[in-house]
Amino acid sequence: MSEIEWRNTLDFGGNLITVRGARGIGFDEQAEITAGDAATRLGQTLATSDTEVVVQVFEGTRGLTRESAAVRFLGRVPDMVVSEALLGRVFDGLGRPRDGGPPILGHRREPLRGVPINPVAREYPREFIQTGISSIDLLNSLVRGQKLPIFTGSGLPHQRLLSQILRQARLLEASAPFAVIFVAMGISHTDARFFHDAFRDEGVMERVSMFLNLADDPTMACLAAPRAGLTAAEHLAFEQDYHVLVILTDMTNYATALREIATARDEVPARKGYPGYLYSDLAEIYERAGRVQGRGGSITLIPVVTLPNGDITHPVPDLTGYITEGQLVLSRDLHSRGVVPPVDVLPSLSRLMKDGIGPTHTRDDHANLANQLYAAYAEGRRIRDLATVVGEADLAGVDKLYLKFADAFEERFIAQGSSEERSVLQSLELGWSLLELLPVDELSRVTEEQISTYGRRPRQEQEHDG
Amino acid sequence: MTQIDPLERGIVLRVAGPLITARLPGAVMGSQAAVGRDGIVGEIIRLDDEVATFQMYETTELVRPGDPVTSSGQLLSVELGPGLLGQVFDGIQRPLKAIREETGVRIRRGMLLPALGRERQWPFVPGLDVGTRISGGEILGTIQETELLEHRVLVPPDLDGELIDIVPPGDYTVDSVVARVRRNGTVHPLHLFHRWPVRLERPSGERYLPHVPLITGQRVLDMLFPLAKGGAAAVPGPFGAGKTIVQHQVARWCDAQVIVFVGCGERGNEMVDLLEQFEALTDPHTSRPLLERSVLIANTSNMPVTAREASIYTGITVSEYFRDQGYHVALIVDSTSRWAEALREVAGRLEELPAEEGYPAYLGSQLAAFYERAGHVRTLGGDDGSVTAIGSVSPPGGDFSEPVTRHSESVVGTFWALSKPLADARHYPAIDWEDSFSGYAERISEWWEEEFREHWSAARASMLRLLQESSHESQLLEHWSALPRGALGLLREADELKRIASIIGPAALSDRQRWTYFVAGLVKEGFLQQNALDPVDTFCSPEKQMLLGALIIGAYHRGQQLIARGVPCAALLKLSSLRRLKSARTAVPNDRPDLLERLREDLDQQLTEAADAHASVHADQ
Repeated sequence: MSEIEWRNTLDFGGNLITVRGARGIGFDEQAEITAGDAATRLGQTLATSDTEVVVQVFEGTRGLTRESAAVRFLGRVPDMVVSEALLGRVFDGLGRPRDGGPPILGHRREPLRGVPINPVAREYPREFIQTGISSIDLLNSLVRGQKLPIFTGSGLPHQRLLSQILRQARLLEASAPFAVIFVAMGISHTDARFFHDAFRDEGVMERVSMFLNLADDPTMACLAAPRAGLTAAEHLAFEQDYHVLVILTDMTNYATALREIATARDEVPARKGYPGYLYSDLAEIYERAGRVQGRGGSITLIPVVTLPNGDITHPVPDLTGYITEGQLVLSRDLHSRGVVPPVDVLPSLSRLMKDGIGPTHTRDDHANLANQLYAAYAEGRRIRDLATVVGEADLAGVDKLYLKFADAFEERFIAQGSSEERSVLQSLELGWSLLELLPVDELSRVTEEQISTYGRRPRQEQEHDG
Repeated sequence: MTQIDPLERGIVLRVAGPLITARLPGAVMGSQAAVGRDGIVGEIIRLDDEVATFQMYETTELVRPGDPVTSSGQLLSVELGPGLLGQVFDGIQRPLKAIREETGVRIRRGMLLPALGRERQWPFVPGLDVGTRISGGEILGTIQETELLEHRVLVPPDLDGELIDIVPPGDYTVDSVVARVRRNGTVHPLHLFHRWPVRLERPSGERYLPHVPLITGQRVLDMLFPLAKGGAAAVPGPFGAGKTIVQHQVARWCDAQVIVFVGCGERGNEMVDLLEQFEALTDPHTSRPLLERSVLIANTSNMPVTAREASIYTGITVSEYFRDQGYHVALIVDSTSRWAEALREVAGRLEELPAEEGYPAYLGSQLAAFYERAGHVRTLGGDDGSVTAIGSVSPPGGDFSEPVTRHSESVVGTFWALSKPLADARHYPAIDWEDSFSGYAERISEWWEEEFREHWSAARASMLRLLQESSHESQLLEHWSALPRGALGLLREADELKRIASIIGPAALSDRQRWTYFVAGLVKEGFLQQNALDPVDTFCSPEKQMLLGALIIGAYHRGQQLIARGVPCAALLKLSSLRRLKSARTAVPNDRPDLLERLREDLDQQLTEAADAHASVHADQ
């Protein structure tokens, strides 16, 4: 650490301090800014040359004066102390305690930005996580080490869905210690409180670590928050063998903060004013999820993305979708019809599902049944659209059955009480029972054998009924 | 990646993100440099008197003004020789497996390991005699690198002269001197490998017009929108449209001898998935893992963005090297959009004026120059070799009017446009027949007829028998391309019918139109759709493709004839053999064309019976 304090040669502008005359300072080096008795602020160098250094201050420069402010460079990049003691605590976006507790002690410091995982050292994620929610478990299965965002809209109950996942998620295979890292970016105190109370009420707070950058906290620190959370997660997962579930809410706020700061720096914008490196920046966060060879733990990542105006082609959900391994999409239409959680399974997808289900993980009919339910529901939705034009009365007989199926599917399969936990076997049974609404000839995605094994009524009996 | 022997030394002046400026007298534009105490790697992209600007391929954290800089004056190059196959490199050819051994699961910067391991001994068999006059690109000798591929050690393309020395057969490391060449009185040592600058196209002899199809075993690609060896294809698609699966399927099944796969700014788990597949899947002829014919370049989205920019050039240079050995190479880049974004990021930091959506004005020309390096050539050594380039495009919001998609579309010969609506309907591969095109279909037609004369005539005969030798229709079958043309025509007509039906109701369609609509559905479900996870359907042999296509198109024409004679469409739709036709893609293995022939016979018979039944009802009345 350098003992030199730079003062009197400082220029201020927005979040930036230019330190004239400073030399030999590293790029990305962490800085401490003090001003009289005020709390110490943190910064990092954005550009360094042999004549001046530009420092970006996380808390902003408001209130600083040329006379009182002093900058000290710490000789290391922004980092934090990592240890198991992070669990059970609440931090700010930079990893400093905000729960009034003592600082985390330890000698192990890790950079917030992280170090990329060597792709050949990754372990492909394969273990099924049971969330107890049918629309996820059966149709968009989550696996350990996956990154699966929730695409939502303002006013949709993604919080309820998240807290249900947090409460119910479990592995079907042998269990290992689990931990939750909750990162809040630009959300309200009320929303943060909702989760805090939920963790406390469940009695799991000692396994949770919260990193909060709320709506009225400094914008710059919002960029650090997910990185601090993931630095903690990496330590727990890859050094302490925890299975870590990381919640990042809300990535749209994060991207807005990134845009605000890029604009302040006069950077060339790409789409909708977001900087051209938004993709790389998001990837730097999302790609920290996963599993690595030879380590017991894993990082499963669920970012929340609020679609601005419900637009899935907006840069934030769009670029997120290109990086993550699928998405769960919440629908305003389903919600307004009282279907909760309003998971619209048609645009939802889990890219890692194919390897996480089947005889060794769930059951042999899982993939085919999922396909069949998806196809039948898609057909039902198509017919529902058609019915709004031609009228339900004019529909063909089988079309009416599909319509009935779609309604039942939403009411009985998608909709689920917030404390209703369905095992994957229960969800499979439920799926099969819904298929009974359709003539057996329509079931082209499941095999005859599966129909006779898992479908409750054999073909002849059903034809007899029909 | 080449290690640096310093020629010039200087000091860092300024650091801002991945760009570093340094005072470096005598610097060479485009050359490699090492910066700071860690010796992180970069390339000179701007020279201003004595001040050089570098784009760094690793993070520049804690690099300080005053830190040392060294440069070799050598252009950013790759090592080409035995040991490439089965490896995974980063964007500047650093060996990721070896780095994993050295630094654990994370990539620490400043790791400069040679791309080709220096310890391993290779069984070299010399192929030229002392005293021979040799020229660049000639085959100096061979090494059985893997069971799948013989490595042909090449004389560097820019060297010729008299061979004054060559070692006897035996085991040598890549950096052993295995021969010496005298040119104009200077003696040049030759090793088992040589270096080549990635941004410079490797020279070749005559360039042919691409005329041999790259068989992928994917029906919609091979039959409807074929790609030729030495051609270029772009695969644009929004997220979730199945781009990754299409590219992986091509990488797994195509009939190139060498696969170079560049994961350019994409997901880390996808590279692992591909690596595991290549290790697990075997070549049908030799039962050896596909990895033995593959080179993977992985610069995932979280790795430095500048090395991502370089990765596609590393990929195509390695591809050209195998082409020069006389092999057919498929280069797959996933995704060119991430490359373009890296270009944009660097341009932005250099404060260049942006053209469209922040991209630099030279985006189009650089993309064109890249795809131009694909080609089917006569090699300098006199063999036949090709590089087929397939680049995916990730258009923001799925909007094909964005710059990368548009520029790609204008330079490639084949365009596999992926459609979100098709993917949402679980129609995979979601290749849109409206937006996709192939400029190679005509030229490769001849190859199909030559190579598969027997099967082609079987397919024709099959169709003709279904058509009962109707003279008008049989003319359509003179060329292979009649099949894809027929299928495409059918699909487009069906789309039109669907639009009509959605307005005036399906009841308004005539029997003839209904039959067209029905068979188009058969084409979609029984031919175009292909299940990558189904053990039979994942790969469809060219023979099966032809026979299946001929059966469906034949059935279509025959049905039209019958309907024209008054047979009701409803009578045809009941035929059980049509249902069997729909599931033949998964039910009939590639090595059982006889089952398709049997299906043809049944179909023929059922159609005849339907016609007879109609005739007798008619006669009764």
